[in-house]
Amino acid sequence: MGSIRPEPGSTDPGERIALEPGAANGVGGQATSDEHGRRQFFETEVERLMDHLYGMALRLTRNRTDAEDLVAEALAKAWAHLPSLQDLQCFEKWVFRILVNTFIGDRRRQARTPSDLSLGQDDGCAFSLFEKLHQPFLLWWSNPEQQLLDKLRREDIERALDALPEAYRIVVIMVEVQGFSYAEVAETLSVPVGTVRSRLSRGRALLQASLWRQASQLGIAVGGSGGDVP
Amino acid sequence: MTAGLSCEEVIGKLLEYLDRELDAAAQLEVERHLETCRGCFSRAEFERRLRARVVETGDVKAPDSLRRRIRALVARY
Repeated sequence: MGSIRPEPGSTDPGERIALEPGAANGVGGQATSDEHGRRQFFETEVERLMDHLYGMALRLTRNRTDAEDLVAEALAKAWAHLPSLQDLQCFEKWVFRILVNTFIGDRRRQARTPSDLSLGQDDGCAFSLFEKLHQPFLLWWSNPEQQLLDKLRREDIERALDALPEAYRIVVIMVEVQGFSYAEVAETLSVPVGTVRSRLSRGRALLQASLWRQASQLGIAVGGSGGDVP
Repeated sequence: MTAGLSCEEVIGKLLEYLDRELDAAAQLEVERHLETCRGCFSRAEFERRLRARVVETGDVKAPDSLRRRIRALVARY
């Protein structure tokens, strides 16, 4: 994956932009062939990425209306700052970074207390669904962990993702759903790679614990070894 | 268990292996272990399938109202 760092002076991830007519068009809003090409490029790329952007926004915000607003706000920023993006090949990662940073910026503004953006309870979770379900001495045709995956519905997984504390959810979504590298996530969130690694690990464990709870409640956890779930 | 990494070591690196975050040598070491260790292979397969289910949750269609909104934005500025 290429670098997704915008040029200095381009989109500040947390910045709210007052978009003026002509903002994306260069000095004085002069129409140029560059401008036409940029507009065409932007429209084509946005159309190509729209479903993915909305999908990620939906997982981040957990709400359709907020997801639409988030995508619109992020794309307004991207459009305003497009002239500062030197390598257009980086557009996809760049625009997703703007989306995530816009979300984080909005949440920070909305947070009434710092705990609204906290990591949630630090419970030392190291839960593994596989370890819970796997029974090594069963014959090959019995595979409880695969059976569980087959029985879980999409909404069960969405619910488990949505239940993750925000800081974990962001990292899990960026890596698992959008395919960001750890370094890219670290750069986007302005945290060390080690922090990304630990949040990802914790987030995945919490996700699996949540799925286990749901599966137990639905009676679809086959042959689990029991025990406490964080 | 096979020569090279132990099962415990492989499990410790498994998610980074699936994320393609290990260096080439470590990636290869894990891969070799998975080729010969049924237990670790099963776990890797489970994690892969679970990940595929998580990826599916991002697979949605953006509403037309959003597309119209963005088109209007680009047309206006």
